[in-house]
Amino acid sequence: MTAELVVFVTMGAVAAVTAAAVVISKNAVHAVIYLVINLFAIAVLYLALSAQLVAFLQILIYAGAIMVLFLFTVMMLNMTGAIEMTDDKLSKQKPLALMLGLLLIAEVVVGAVGLLNQPSAVAIGEGFGSAKEVGNRLFFGYLLPFEITSILLLAAIVGSVVLARRKDDD
Amino acid sequence: MPLSELVIFILIKAALAVVIFALWMTMVPVMIWIERKVIADIQARLGPNRVGPFGVIQPIADAVKLIFKEDILPKSSDRVLYALAPAMLMVPAILAISVIPIGGTVTIGARSFSLQILGAYKSPGLTVPELDAGILLVLAFSSLGVYGVVLSGWASGSKYSMLGGMRSSAQMLSYELPLGVSLLGAIVLGGSLKLTDIVAAQREMGVWFIAPQLTAFIVFFISGLSETNRAPFDLPEAEQELIGGYHTEYSGFRFAMFFMAEYLSMVTISALAVTFFLGGWHVPFFDVVWLGPVWFAAKLMVLLYIFVWVRGTLPRVRYDQLMRIGWKAMLPIAVINVVFTAGIVTWAPKAGAVYLSGAGIGLAAVTFGVISMVLRVKIGRSVDERLRRVLGRRAEGEAAGQ
Amino acid sequence: MLPVGYYIALSAFIFVTGAVGVLVRRNPIIMLMCIELMLNAGNLVLIAFSRQNASMDGHVFVFIVITAAAAEAAVGLGIIVAVFRQKSGDIDMDKLSEMKG
Repeated sequence: MTAELVVFVTMGAVAAVTAAAVVISKNAVHAVIYLVINLFAIAVLYLALSAQLVAFLQILIYAGAIMVLFLFTVMMLNMTGAIEMTDDKLSKQKPLALMLGLLLIAEVVVGAVGLLNQPSAVAIGEGFGSAKEVGNRLFFGYLLPFEITSILLLAAIVGSVVLARRKDDD
Repeated sequence: MPLSELVIFILIKAALAVVIFALWMTMVPVMIWIERKVIADIQARLGPNRVGPFGVIQPIADAVKLIFKEDILPKSSDRVLYALAPAMLMVPAILAISVIPIGGTVTIGARSFSLQILGAYKSPGLTVPELDAGILLVLAFSSLGVYGVVLSGWASGSKYSMLGGMRSSAQMLSYELPLGVSLLGAIVLGGSLKLTDIVAAQREMGVWFIAPQLTAFIVFFISGLSETNRAPFDLPEAEQELIGGYHTEYSGFRFAMFFMAEYLSMVTISALAVTFFLGGWHVPFFDVVWLGPVWFAAKLMVLLYIFVWVRGTLPRVRYDQLMRIGWKAMLPIAVINVVFTAGIVTWAPKAGAVYLSGAGIGLAAVTFGVISMVLRVKIGRSVDERLRRVLGRRAEGEAAGQ
Repeated sequence: MLPVGYYIALSAFIFVTGAVGVLVRRNPIIMLMCIELMLNAGNLVLIAFSRQNASMDGHVFVFIVITAAAAEAAVGLGIIVAVFRQKSGDIDMDKLSEMKG
């Protein structure tokens, strides 16, 4: 009954329940809040896996900025769930989706059975997961993806400004 | 690891948490009193002086009044989120104090721990290092505070509350970036994200980081004013008079929670500024442990006084002006500061304190000097144009009337 | 560290939940959120294996995935706002099959 097992069970349960709640919830604002709680739980799991920088980046960027963007959009467009009332195009779409989902989980379980006998984890150094280590690996091994990501962000900024402009502006 | 070690660890950390939390929470009534007295002084009046000597019991009177007020729940609101929103504002503000060091390392026998809730702890059976990404925790939790604002606006059920909430949260989000980037300069000089390392770096360098990072300090201070919705950026509080801010529909203790959260984040931002730019808890010549928190508190009070001073002095900034300042002035200046600092650290790594301070103050003079010159020329030119237009029209009118 | 199978199982559950959500839900914002769920599940597995093999590559990958998710969310929400501005009221995602408009 180590501390890591306790953390995993509680936070894993929270993450799983809130993930299901996002899919089931009828109110869009509630769904956003459930997703924020899910991101938080996963950030705690990252902390349990010694990934300090990524955990705080997740809270700072994902839960703190991206989800606020979602919340703004939901509130601005005032969509609180009347969309679901339209009919399914194919009949019995929902049960089919659920069945396919179960099939996917079965597939993952079968595929992962082979992975269950992994050797135990390699011992890690003291600075594992700190900003220094991530920075070292990022800038000395993955510099090109880093630069491409910054161009991706530039494209996203320009794109969202263009998309959000009204037609009569210039 | 024996169980007794673990128990002692938990006890010490719990005691530390309780003490630091209590210290922070007592700053809230102190701040309320200081604010009202200082602003009254600036406005040439007396301020609270009826309740207790010099009005020191005024905050308690305010709290009692707010507790006994009726708790109104608007009908068209989302009950759960309405109740949760003030908590979503307060809890991150409180959690952010867990990484701020208020003192040095205390050594009791074989155990030593630093006066920081998530700080280093060393004992014969158990060594817990400090949280590696200390400053990121504070920034992460201050970005979670946006949820409290926007959800309280939305859950109130009125359009004006929602608009006020969205405006205020957009303001908070916009100034989070300059807040973080301005700290980057000090982090580059200090070489680590841990707050105790930054204090140690200031001790080793012999100079507070405010000198080499004067631009960053100014940007941080202005962004901190805006993050906590303080004047001159307190549009949500002004909207309350005009339309309605995000806390219009709240009454009683929930309203008190909003203001407690505001004062708490103000104290947290000041504590961060003290740690990063004003040398933290380190006392220059004495090596006594308990002097650390006292010195820290003294610097904190100076910064809090400046916060209140700015509120009493400057007029409110309009919303579009506020956003323009944040994105077009504060963020580029902060980025220029980081680039400049990184350049100095790379090409002159053995630079002494005097050189760094001179460079920092020079950069501040150049950037803010350039900005004020540009502004003066622009504003001057626009004033000239207006004068010319008005005078030209009047001359035309005279010529036509003759 | 716990056996890595635990983290794989949790991540698989969250991923499948996100996938079923994308298939079943019709509200465009909730569909985007389910996509974020799937990305998160992937991140969790990356960090778990990175810890397993004591390598930092997983952390770098997750860093870039979070950035890409931010970019995607921004542009996706921009598209939704632009589409909603055209048609007043709610729209049906299945009817949005033409590029014109």
